[in-house]
Amino acid sequence: MQRIGVFICWCGSNIAATVDVVKVAETIKNEPGVVFAANYQYMCSENGQQLIKQAIKEHNLTGIVVGACSPRMHEATFRKAAEEAGMNPYMVEIANIREHCSWIHKDMEETTEKAVVLVRTAIAKVKLNAPLMAGESPVIKRALVIGGGIAGIQAALDIADAGFEVDIVEKNATIGGRMAQLDKTFPTLDCSACILTPKMVDCAQHEKIDILSYSEVEEVKGFVGNFNVKIRRKARYVDESKCTGCKICMEKCPAKKGANEFNMGLDNRPAIHIPFAQAIPNVAVIDPEQCIKLKTGKCGICQKFCGVGAIDYEQKDTFVERQYGAIVVATGFKPIALDNFNEYGYADNKDVITSLELERLMNAAGPTGGVLLRPSDKQHPKVITFIQCVGSRDSSGCGKPYCSKICCMYTAKHAMLIREKYPDTEVHVFYIDVRTPGKNYDEFHRRAVEQYGVDYIKGMVGKVYNENGKLMVQGSNLIDNEQITIESDLVVLATAIEPEPSVRKIATLLTASIDTNNFLTESHAKLRPVESPTAGVYLAGVCQGPKDIPETVSQASACAAKVIGLLVKDKLKTNPCVAQPDENMCNGCGQCANVCPYGAITYVDKEFRLGGGKTEIRRVATVNPAVCQGCGACTVTCPSGAMDLKGFSSKQIMSEVEAICKM
Amino acid sequence: MQDVKTEKKEFTPNIVAFCCNWCSYAGADLAGSSRLSYPANVKIIRVPCSCRVNPMFVLKAFQQGADGVILCGCHPGDCHYVTGNYYTRRRMALLYSFLNYMGIEKARTRLEWVSAAEGQRFSAVMNDFVKTVTELGENKRLTDLRVKEGE
Ligand SMILES: Cc1cc2nc3c(=O)[nH]c(=O)nc-3n(C[C@H](O)[C@H](O)[C@H](O)COP(=O)(O)OP(=O)(O)OC[C@H]3O[C@@H](n4cnc5c(N)ncnc54)[C@H](O)[C@@H]3O)c2cc1C
Ligand code: SF4
Ligand code: SF4
Repeated sequence: MQRIGVFICWCGSNIAATVDVVKVAETIKNEPGVVFAANYQYMCSENGQQLIKQAIKEHNLTGIVVGACSPRMHEATFRKAAEEAGMNPYMVEIANIREHCSWIHKDMEETTEKAVVLVRTAIAKVKLNAPLMAGESPVIKRALVIGGGIAGIQAALDIADAGFEVDIVEKNATIGGRMAQLDKTFPTLDCSACILTPKMVDCAQHEKIDILSYSEVEEVKGFVGNFNVKIRRKARYVDESKCTGCKICMEKCPAKKGANEFNMGLDNRPAIHIPFAQAIPNVAVIDPEQCIKLKTGKCGICQKFCGVGAIDYEQKDTFVERQYGAIVVATGFKPIALDNFNEYGYADNKDVITSLELERLMNAAGPTGGVLLRPSDKQHPKVITFIQCVGSRDSSGCGKPYCSKICCMYTAKHAMLIREKYPDTEVHVFYIDVRTPGKNYDEFHRRAVEQYGVDYIKGMVGKVYNENGKLMVQGSNLIDNEQITIESDLVVLATAIEPEPSVRKIATLLTASIDTNNFLTESHAKLRPVESPTAGVYLAGVCQGPKDIPETVSQASACAAKVIGLLVKDKLKTNPCVAQPDENMCNGCGQCANVCPYGAITYVDKEFRLGGGKTEIRRVATVNPAVCQGCGACTVTCPSGAMDLKGFSSKQIMSEVEAICKM
Repeated sequence: MQDVKTEKKEFTPNIVAFCCNWCSYAGADLAGSSRLSYPANVKIIRVPCSCRVNPMFVLKAFQQGADGVILCGCHPGDCHYVTGNYYTRRRMALLYSFLNYMGIEKARTRLEWVSAAEGQRFSAVMNDFVKTVTELGENKRLTDLRVKEGE
């Protein structure tokens, strides 16, 4: 038999002014199952809590209802008090007779009547409460960062500086990401390599950081605090522990015609190569598509010349499995392919280039040694036309519907840098809108116009075509309301950016959600912007949405703070109000797993007794209580009514409904 | 819609409101702390997410004599559990047509998005809903069909 205690709070006059608290307690006393009812001025006070504790002990209560303020205020307080008196904290229910009653109704009689109903409703529920235990799960004090761009680097450094082990898994042969390809960076125009490479070196030298370059995540199991990750270490055909980065192999390799990815294919590199001079790790990699030895079995020159015997043509992919408490996704972006934009003539004209290609053409370590020469004839371009929003803010379906956010700023940067270095160059920029919010950003753009005389033309470009070796850029000038054609030597397309495509696979592995544009979704757009909805998974950099370096770094550090906050804990308390299937009713139909946003539900084959010594093996749902967040979506989806939610069971809610209706 | 209208003047409908813990329940709390009144015949049941509400609960309420049932959840895209309110939206759409089939006016159920910051909206929604249900009058349809009281 249940023994329920009811405690009605006055909340000073907050409740007592419009609710006859004494009458409520008196009325409730006669409810079946209620063995004790009291009212007190401040239930949440030390004395009020004492009253509860004493009553629990004296009257041997099995459950309590506190009629007071919102459970969002003091549910935790009363649960703790109950626990201190030896009662399971989940045997406590709150009737919200303040926010939902005394504060919004004036008529004493009506308000008192409602308070009685609300308390009765809570009694109806508490009678069906079951003791629940918050589970505990251990936290593995090691973090995984997927992607070694500036986002991943910053997150890893911050986490490692707090004393935790971090692994960076980077799919390329070196960390650094897109920032390593940039020349100078807005808004301050400092050289990208000068600010990035020291951080790369810090990563390599940090005793807590392990860089797994040329590697990819293959499999993820587990949950927050306890992920088990399988990582593929791709064969680079060079022993990482032996290679000293001397580059003699690069000199000697006869297969020199590989498109140099780092320079956006503007020049070539040998089959065996180190991506760029400051690569971390500074270790060669062989491109198997190009290597003569790997393709035909002949050659083997690099092995002969390698002084330390690092070349290993037999190397195979290997796998490592590691455990992590938290995962940061920082997989970054790529410029979109321009196949849908024939009007700009990118495929047909060597001198129509993307902005990222321009970064390489202006970079001292780039294919032209930092001298701006156009790709076709290596001449210095005298008229350069920029086209903004190529594929961004495009609702036609050819490009991306969103604003890529960084292009207005980097185009202003490019225009300024060119005018600074080559004042005889004429620079035009076609734009739809100039969007440069941010500290010192609009000033930056205005400098391009006012100080550097860059010709900004509001209007769209219709087409770019080649006429007698000249690039003709035809567009509209909306301000002057006229069609114009600009004869140009070089055309630069501010190409939209999109998430690195492999993010889809990563999102699936992590059950992290992505939006229609493949950007990873944050847990809450405003209040939890660096957490993914999957507990223990955090988002940094452009993989979550277009952003520049300062924003990327802030987000990465925020991620690190979240990760550190998780890793300092030895154990995680898990919410006990989780879903639980009744195995006898579950028929393994698989529908619940489809709606679970967290992937908490799996299916197992279980043996059931049928009676008469017979058994049967059936597939039934199981819920991982550490992963389930207790939303209840599965409970309603289940066609057999097998799935229920602890703390908010169907029976509990039904009896609340009944109590409200039975007035 | 008018056919069930009762002549009784003093009719006050009994209304069950399901509110999700993260947005609407907090919105109701805000309505309370801002003293934004709405009729006392609205009683709130707290659920973790609007997607926890089984259409069966709504039917149960009607069967037990509720005159109106309202479901409140986070705005689309703001669900604490990412996608919960989308499920709710789909389920409720189905429920509407089912209620229609049973002869219960669609206007007796409602799905509303109320954020934790929208105390004003919570109160406005409740006032409006109570007004609508009051105009519809007592819900006789299901209670009449009811086989027996309680479980
Ligand atoms: C032309 C151009 C000019 C720019 N100029 C500026 C500027 O002047 N100032 C400024 O602030 N910003 C500038 N930016 C923006 C800047 O490049 C980005 O903000 C920054 O690079 C984002 O860093 P990230 O780490 O998020 O992504 P990335 O730099 O893309 O790094 C992601 C890393 O993750 C790796 N990766 C991807 N997928 C996987 C996987 N599945 N597994 C393992 N590893 C993976 C990638 O190989 C890469 O190393 C410019 C961008 C462009 C295109
Ligand atoms: S073996 Fe392959 S990588 Fe080595 S030198 Fe020959 S072609 Fe180049
Ligand atoms: S309650 Fe929600 S999170 Fe838990 S198993 Fe069901 S659907 Fe998944």
